[in-house]
Amino acid sequence: MESIISIRNLSKTYASGFRALKDINLDIQQGEIFALLGPNGAGKTTLISIICGIVTPGEGSVTVNGHDILTEFRASRSMIGLVPQELATATFESVEATMSFSRGLFGKPPNPAHIEKVLRDLSLWDRRKDRIINLSGGMKRRVLIAKALAHQPQVLFLDEPTAGVDVEQRRDMWAMVRGLRDTGVTVILTTHYIEEAEEMADRIGIINDGEISVIEEKSVLMNKLGKKQLQLTLQKSLTAVPAELADYSLELQQEGNVLIYTFDTQKEHTGISELLRQLGKLGIDFKDLHSSQSSLEDIFVSLVSDKA
Amino acid sequence: MNFYGIRAIYIFEMSRTWRTLMESIASPILTTSLYFIVFGAAIGSRMGEIDGISYASFIIPGLLMLSLLGESISNASFGIYFPKFSGTIYEVLSAPVSPFEVVIGYVGAAATKSLIIGLLILATARLFVDYEIMHPLWMVSFLLLTAVTFSLFGFIIGLWADDFQKLQIIPMMVITPLTFLGGAFYSISMLPPFWQKVTLFNPVVYLISGLRWSFYGVSDVKVGISMVMILVFMLLCMLSVWWIFKTGYRLKD
Repeated sequence: MESIISIRNLSKTYASGFRALKDINLDIQQGEIFALLGPNGAGKTTLISIICGIVTPGEGSVTVNGHDILTEFRASRSMIGLVPQELATATFESVEATMSFSRGLFGKPPNPAHIEKVLRDLSLWDRRKDRIINLSGGMKRRVLIAKALAHQPQVLFLDEPTAGVDVEQRRDMWAMVRGLRDTGVTVILTTHYIEEAEEMADRIGIINDGEISVIEEKSVLMNKLGKKQLQLTLQKSLTAVPAELADYSLELQQEGNVLIYTFDTQKEHTGISELLRQLGKLGIDFKDLHSSQSSLEDIFVSLVSDKA
Repeated sequence: MNFYGIRAIYIFEMSRTWRTLMESIASPILTTSLYFIVFGAAIGSRMGEIDGISYASFIIPGLLMLSLLGESISNASFGIYFPKFSGTIYEVLSAPVSPFEVVIGYVGAAATKSLIIGLLILATARLFVDYEIMHPLWMVSFLLLTAVTFSLFGFIIGLWADDFQKLQIIPMMVITPLTFLGGAFYSISMLPPFWQKVTLFNPVVYLISGLRWSFYGVSDVKVGISMVMILVFMLLCMLSVWWIFKTGYRLKD
């Protein structure tokens, strides 16, 4: 796969002295869904804003399909559609008019058939004559998406697309994003909902404090960093982990009633059978056992807190 | 050139004008009519002629300039300030339009609107006073250049302002006094010699004087100087806009 966006050594320091981005290197591949994860203030929006031309970059370079975002801004920007985080809409305009505005702004001749298709796909066709001020929050969010798609972009940025959107609409939006990917559109979304990244993304980048700490295929990331835990509910509670079991990473929880063994799925020997044999020898019986894999959320939290 | 982009901005801005027809067109005409009634008909009938022109006719170019300046500045400043305020500016900034094209769209629409208002005021004046225009081409050039220049100036104010108060302060504290002291209601030859000199530092004097010359062939300063002054001010505004976009000042940081 070719990379459609190439970011090299990008840094950004705001006039206030705040270093929002520190030496970012990132390649986004053609046709993928890339999720940029990070806590609030990590630099997600700054990164997107620079690529789209809303914020002037500091050091480093960014190209979109080989076009430099500064020297060839026309070529690079025409390929991009942006759905911002804030619900910023031309309040008094009609849905239809604001769509035509967006298409024109991006240098495309009018195309009513395309506008109709986008509005129908986003269930906005019936409201096309309505002024934006009369729409609900969820509809305004869809108007922003419609505007971003008005000029048929090759790359779509979704900055926190499902913030404040209810569960059902969230599912619809995910389906729409997948549909776009199927037509060859590259999608980059930022989110702090881990489940969104877990559900949608092909690859995940984790950004924290202006630095990208991890860029990985979602499945690889989950395998690599995913820890498994074996949870044993004991017959009789223990006051401490017996000295004979000191070699295992064990933890007692719930007043000594639950013993938790954390192991690495990548290792050849997980040590489970040895542990269970040892427990048998020591006469520690258990009522129940189950194992679980850490979610992306746990991975994320551990990565972010490691850095801090 | 992104022709469709310029057109989109221009149409968007003009549709704002039509949507707010009452505020945008009716109110400046009403205000100017009041000036004509009070200064032209009521007070003017008791005033002598100035440079051989009846007082009511004498004030027409000044009143026209007064509303042209005010309208150009407020249209253009609001036009660019509001998207900044509401956040919709992101779209213009992320679009493949050059700063030059953005300026043509916004400033072009603001200037168009203030020219429409200017012409309507001229037509309204006809209801109160008989006037003639000796040099129509010069008049049109002065109106056009003033509308464009002060729309550019308004655009700069709109970019600079970061709250609604700042949006109002330059028109109220600078432009209105300069216009009133710029000879809208009197000839500067009526001032004491010292103030005649001081008043030449007021750029609006040149605008009003030039426009009055195009009407009646009389002026406080030579018409050529008026034309040069307005071109100089236009150039200054263009340079400021160019600098703002180059540095991203108040736009991209």
